Amino acid sequence: MYRHTLKGKVYRFENLKMLLAKASPYRSGDELAGICASSYEERVAAQITLADVPLKNFLNEAIIPYEQDEITRLIIDTHDPVAFEPISHLTVGDFCDWLLSDHTTCNTMQQINAGITPEMAAAVSKLMRNQDLIAIAKKCEAVTKFRNTIGLKGHFSTRLQPNHPTDDPKGVAASIIDGLLLGSGDAVIGINPATDSPAAVANLLQLIDNIRQQFDIPTQSCVLSHITTTLQLINENAPVDLCFQSIAGTEKTNSSFGIDLALLDEAYQATLSLNRGTVGNNVMYFETGQGSSLSANAHFGVDQQTCEARAYAVARRYKPFLVNTVVGFIGPEYLYDGKQIIRAALEDHFCGKLLGLPMGVDVCYTNHAEADQDDMDNLLTLLGVAGCNFVMGIPGSDDIMLNYQSTSFHDALYLRKVLGLRPAPEFESWLIKQGITDDQGNLLSVADGHGLLNRGMP
Amino acid sequence: MKKVIKSSDPLIALQEFTAARIAIGRAGTSIPLKQSLEFKLAHAHARDAVYSSLNVDGLIADLKQFDLPVIHLHSQAGYREQYLQRPDLGRKLDEKSVEQLKEYHQPTDISIIIADGLSAAAINTNVIGLLKALIPLFQSVDFKLADIVLVEEGRVAIADEIAAAMNAKLSLILIGERPGLSSTDSIGAYLTYQPKPGLTDESRNCVSNIRPDGLNYKQASKKIFYLIQEAFSRKLSGVALKDNAGLLHE
Repeated sequence: MYRHTLKGKVYRFENLKMLLAKASPYRSGDELAGICASSYEERVAAQITLADVPLKNFLNEAIIPYEQDEITRLIIDTHDPVAFEPISHLTVGDFCDWLLSDHTTCNTMQQINAGITPEMAAAVSKLMRNQDLIAIAKKCEAVTKFRNTIGLKGHFSTRLQPNHPTDDPKGVAASIIDGLLLGSGDAVIGINPATDSPAAVANLLQLIDNIRQQFDIPTQSCVLSHITTTLQLINENAPVDLCFQSIAGTEKTNSSFGIDLALLDEAYQATLSLNRGTVGNNVMYFETGQGSSLSANAHFGVDQQTCEARAYAVARRYKPFLVNTVVGFIGPEYLYDGKQIIRAALEDHFCGKLLGLPMGVDVCYTNHAEADQDDMDNLLTLLGVAGCNFVMGIPGSDDIMLNYQSTSFHDALYLRKVLGLRPAPEFESWLIKQGITDDQGNLLSVADGHGLLNRGMP
Repeated sequence: MKKVIKSSDPLIALQEFTAARIAIGRAGTSIPLKQSLEFKLAHAHARDAVYSSLNVDGLIADLKQFDLPVIHLHSQAGYREQYLQRPDLGRKLDEKSVEQLKEYHQPTDISIIIADGLSAAAINTNVIGLLKALIPLFQSVDFKLADIVLVEEGRVAIADEIAAAMNAKLSLILIGERPGLSSTDSIGAYLTYQPKPGLTDESRNCVSNIRPDGLNYKQASKKIFYLIQEAFSRKLSGVALKDNAGLLHE
């Protein structure tokens, strides 16, 4: 039992799970789940109460029972007491101030991150203002490598997302070429396939691999099929660079996705064994998003942001190349408007980075959310300041397969320009060699006869 | 001096391969204003569709041609903002509607339910045309049709509560789909055999993107009719039905 008295009124919170839910900044999904604070005062009372909870309590009070959930077991069993030692005497509130301190650097945070549980990260994020989430994330650096290097300070990457409603090879290739000529695609060229049939996925993999090899592009490909499809294709010698899967923070949600840790382990080992990376071997690409556990009716009364942070425990087990929180895709019953989407994205980015992950964000919204391009511009800019590793690059922001709006190739160029950010170093050299940018990063006019135009189409 | 403002894009030739917004040029490195306004207009159409309302009087008048009485109901979602945030309320009838349905219990084969969903505009524009193609198919095999239900602030699952209360063997809901930037007037059709409250998506079959420029009325009706006949002959709907329906993959 946790409690706090405000002007004679006693607020009681039965357990850590309920305290976390009540302390969460307002969002529609927690309201839908019936677990959010019932007044503004109760929310702040919960935050004041949470600030006084020792971090050690999180190791003794599982929010989903150890016996019931393999993600809880993963969190507890892989917790590193040595890494935790320097912060073991802190409360959640102390931890907030400790993270903000000028003495806490990227290096300090890297030394303790195996001692931070996702629930600790979620808890401290709930006490923070947006600027705190940005300032601390900015200090972190999560660098990963495959055929290039993503996440270096001062660099900002994109996933080129050339989706097509029928996976038409020419349609996909046209979007890839458009994106490459606008400097997109250093994080990955990643397609959401319209169908999960292995043959169709294999064709798309081959398509990207051909373009990549033909133009010697230092990047990696991914077709975001179910992990079982990818495993099958690995066995059939398809050119799999990164292995994709959507993941979530409870065993039951993952089970609704048709996965568990054993399957992820198997796919991770299989992908590693291909040894296709040239500068490193981070091979996994994960997508997450607040609300997935509620949507699968598998949240156990845990608030959606804490569920999301628990997904990062799954992610970090596999030293992923990219982790992408698809923040505004799920719809207004989970994140209603621009304010909620922006807050959630900053929380996810912060929690992921604090736990050592190479976080990117799909800055996006659907047409039934109270959001528009202005909200996305705000969020994109905030994430750029916060040091986000990558965002999506989609022709004109309009994904014609998934029917939602994300960031455009142009949006990434804007961010690089206003914040002085550069693509992954290997990719930047390639852009210069191809005459797409000059050595200052300025985009050049593409000549009619550019090789990508002449020879890029299948 | 480097050319920084481009009036055309050498990729324009690639536009024939995809409806994606490629080769849109750039102003500096930003999207040119013309393209930006086009996008804004498409989004405005989608937003207007989300906030559109069923033209109840007009629909009731137009539905008279099918010689079926029309019942007008409402879900528990009182208004659009609540509908968007509380899908659970959009899946249940309000008290008054539950009362209204109590007098309908003569067994029928199919209950047709029309709901606004995320685009009432789609229903206002396309539902009569769809029914003109569909109802004659039902009549050709003597399916007994229940009174047509028009429901406001409804989600897909509300059809199962309605059809169960009306004692129909199958529920068919025609509902406005979430608007996209390129189309704001698509209808989705969902059917459930032996409908009852509490069923989920795996119990249903869906035919989507019904609009003149998508799956047109005639094609859509043919698919819906095929699925319904299969549902009656095999006495089931949902995942099991879909798996064996070769015709759907034509």
